Amino acid sequence: MSDELDKKTNYAGRLGYSYRRNLHERFIEAILFLSAFLSVIIMLSIVVMLVKESVVFFQYVSLWEFLTDTQWTPLFDDAHYGILPLVAGTVVSSAVALMVALPLGTIIAIYLSEFAPFAVREVAKPFLELLGGIPTVVYGYFALLFVTPLLQMIFPELPGFSLLSAGLVMGIMIIPYVSSMTEDAMRAVPMHLREGSYAMGATRFQTAVRVVMPAAFSGIAAAYILGISRAVGETMVVAIAAGMQPNLTWNPMEPAATITAYIVQVSLGDLPHGSIGYQTIFAAGLTLLLMTLVFNIIGHLLRKRYREIY
Amino acid sequence: MNKANELIQLRKIINTHKRWDLLFMITGIIALMIAILTFIALFAQMMIDGMPRLSWDFFTSFPSRRPESAGILSAWVGTTLVMLVTAASAVPLGIGAGVYLEEYAPKNLLTEILEINVTNLAGVPSIIYGLLALGLFVYQLGFGQSILAAGLALALLILPVVIVATREAIRSIPVAIREGSYALGATKWQTVSDHLLPYSAAGILTGIIIGLARAIGETAPIITIGALTFIAFLPPSPVTDEFPYISFEWLTAPFTVMPIQMFNWVSRPEEAFQLNAAAAGLVLVVMTLTMNGLAIYLRYRMRKNIKW
Repeated sequence: MSDELDKKTNYAGRLGYSYRRNLHERFIEAILFLSAFLSVIIMLSIVVMLVKESVVFFQYVSLWEFLTDTQWTPLFDDAHYGILPLVAGTVVSSAVALMVALPLGTIIAIYLSEFAPFAVREVAKPFLELLGGIPTVVYGYFALLFVTPLLQMIFPELPGFSLLSAGLVMGIMIIPYVSSMTEDAMRAVPMHLREGSYAMGATRFQTAVRVVMPAAFSGIAAAYILGISRAVGETMVVAIAAGMQPNLTWNPMEPAATITAYIVQVSLGDLPHGSIGYQTIFAAGLTLLLMTLVFNIIGHLLRKRYREIY
Repeated sequence: MNKANELIQLRKIINTHKRWDLLFMITGIIALMIAILTFIALFAQMMIDGMPRLSWDFFTSFPSRRPESAGILSAWVGTTLVMLVTAASAVPLGIGAGVYLEEYAPKNLLTEILEINVTNLAGVPSIIYGLLALGLFVYQLGFGQSILAAGLALALLILPVVIVATREAIRSIPVAIREGSYALGATKWQTVSDHLLPYSAAGILTGIIIGLARAIGETAPIITIGALTFIAFLPPSPVTDEFPYISFEWLTAPFTVMPIQMFNWVSRPEEAFQLNAAAAGLVLVVMTLTMNGLAIYLRYRMRKNIKW
């Protein structure tokens, strides 16, 4: 009799214990979920914040003027609000950067993944990683005080601030991102594809270019897209070395402001909260976010379209 | 006769292909050299300009109008305090999110959205985080242009880095460990906290260090929230001599950080200030390189020591 009672209380105790235990587990799961969900909240607040301030801006400036006016002088008495000069600066500096970063990054990746001996790879990879860890403001200093004077020896007419020198340094800066992602993608291609190619008598170069690269295409595309959005969003190098004057030009030898450099320039001054100048940086930021978003979507589609599964 | 001719042709083709191989290999080495030479030039330029300015006084003086007596005291103190806030907020949130996505998340639409979102966050330009912090932390929540606002802005920025590192570290632990733990009656959280987190600690730590190294060098978001560039005083000390000995007043204090101090000096026309910028840059680069180097070393040791 007492034995049975004992058992019963014991069960009750255990049930109570496991109930508390479950509650505890649920509680922890909820906390963990919230911290994961925070990323969505951050994304939403970015969009809401940018759109909210931009809406006020676009009540003052028409979208048509924003997109077609060829001058950007929001802080002058004769205010013009055409985003084109800033977009042009961003496009030109990014184009210069990508002309450096994509070919060099790809070549380095192919070399490290298909050609380099083990020892070289073991040294080069961490080294590139260190190169990618250098603060952008330091690269800006380097562009202004080392690369620009160097370029001026070749092109004496180059001004002290130029999109060219900012773009070149930005390109070098992006190389590690492109090369490490491209290499990862190429290394993920299964060995038997390479072996098949070698067995057919292909050389390393042929194997790399005609077998490994197509097979790793989705990863390589992702690396390029990342490089592009880095270049478009890069701030300090252009703010330091390309000057901060909005200038509608497609010539990399001229100084010009990018979207990011404009935001920096305004933030350095003392703009009252809620003024039109304050709202311009959010409108500029929204433009920048949309540009990077477009690239991210293209990257996502490319990856989906060309994903190879082994 | 014909056969021999064909053989010669074949040898020719093979040789051309081999030459291409060699040519590409040389191109690869040159490309790598360009990256390495840039690094060396950057470092050398900063050493030459900045080394003479580096002295004890440089670390213990405030910025000044006279370049010879200007220092980085307020900048490195500011950087340290901002990093404290960043680490305190990004580390628990990042690890929590990583654990959830890797261990708890069911396979459904919401999880997919969360995952895509983390990837997208990593691709948002850093200056956009600055705009978010300006609108949200500085004005809406009323933190002002303070250490707290800056620290949180950088925390948002490195959150994806910590999440991804946590996920990768946890994913590399074999399922057998989890099954063993469950077989002994452990709950999910017990499994996570007693097994998965300790075993993946080194990997997570690597991610945290890389994230913080990135945060130390970030300039754009902090300029955007309106950090002052000329600060000739220190924030209130976090440790006081009265009860309760800890003060959080520093969180709301105005501040400057290393990269902003450097940017300020670079953008001045006087050459003497640019030498200061080089010295500050040298300190900054040594800081980030040390942290990145530590992370690389940790990863290397992990790869060598852990064999499941």
